[in-house]
Amino acid sequence: MHIAEGFLPPAHAVAWGVASAPFVVHGVRSLTREVKEHPESTLLLGASGAFTFVLSALKLPSVTGSCSHPTGTGLGAILFRPPIMVVLGTITLLFQALLLAHGGLTTLGANVFSMAIVGPWAGYAIYKLLRRFDVPLMVAVFFGAFLADLSTYCVTSVQLALAFPDPSSGFLGALGKFGSIFAVTQIPLAVSEGLLTVLVMRLLVQSSKGELTRLGVLLAKKQSRTETETEAVAR
Amino acid sequence: MSRNTKINILLLVVVAALAVLPLALGLGDHKEEPFTGADAEAETAITEIEPDYEPWFSPLYEPPSGDIESALFALQAALGAGVLAYYFGLRRGRRQGEERALERVGGAESAVGATAEESTAERS
Repeated sequence: MHIAEGFLPPAHAVAWGVASAPFVVHGVRSLTREVKEHPESTLLLGASGAFTFVLSALKLPSVTGSCSHPTGTGLGAILFRPPIMVVLGTITLLFQALLLAHGGLTTLGANVFSMAIVGPWAGYAIYKLLRRFDVPLMVAVFFGAFLADLSTYCVTSVQLALAFPDPSSGFLGALGKFGSIFAVTQIPLAVSEGLLTVLVMRLLVQSSKGELTRLGVLLAKKQSRTETETEAVAR
Repeated sequence: MSRNTKINILLLVVVAALAVLPLALGLGDHKEEPFTGADAEAETAITEIEPDYEPWFSPLYEPPSGDIESALFALQAALGAGVLAYYFGLRRGRRQGEERALERVGGAESAVGATAEESTAERS
């Protein structure tokens, strides 16, 4: 999903930068507030950022015969809500742009928009929706991470198709082309990311119950239990 | 092995299988260069659509070789894995410490209870 340095025309690069900037500013504010109000969450924040670091460095082979990497943004979005994940994702993208020549500074806005904004929000939205319908936690986590990953690559395809419409078939033709490169390749990787996120969430449930309850990941369950208890008492 | 551990290992095995299967089944054989990065493929696609396009900015720093690039990617993964391992190690250590402290407190209380019972028994 990394659009390489200089590979977006200046107007597009600026536009995506402008679109991403408010999310990053808002994210930095949410992050500083979180750290100030709950200093104990710093460790888990670090772990969420670390998860993105690991997953976005893992280039895995896929069914299309090419390689791509997961994003790791679903976990942080589910734990700390998307605004904070925007910051963690942006840090990862900056690291890759500056040290690995992977992505770039001129395309940072576009890459932040796909990986650190749309991905986390899409994943978080489906996670919340599934939880509302009482879908088991781990199933909701799987689909949250899956969608955070896949939607990121769909956005990248749209961004490139907007910048480089096909001379004969236009935007849709280019979207098909970039989509087959990114989105199709990404489907099995998104499954992998979903499974790995479930694994980490399982480890967190074992090791950090208190923290997950404070963040609301485990709260829903307890609430419904106390609700049924009060109902039983009322009867 | 507990059921929990088994499920965790199963998850890892499925992820590994998803990564290995495309290689084992030779799904990249139809390509000139199998298993190149999707990002690089997108660059090629851009130059196909717009042959005249010239990137207008180049990276400030570029790893001098593919090996150095791999090293930096490994560094990125290692940093992340290190922090994750630290987190889970710390949590586990804290939990064990708490359990031990609780056991000690519990043991001390029952000891106190026993001596109190003894003294009342002596008095009567």
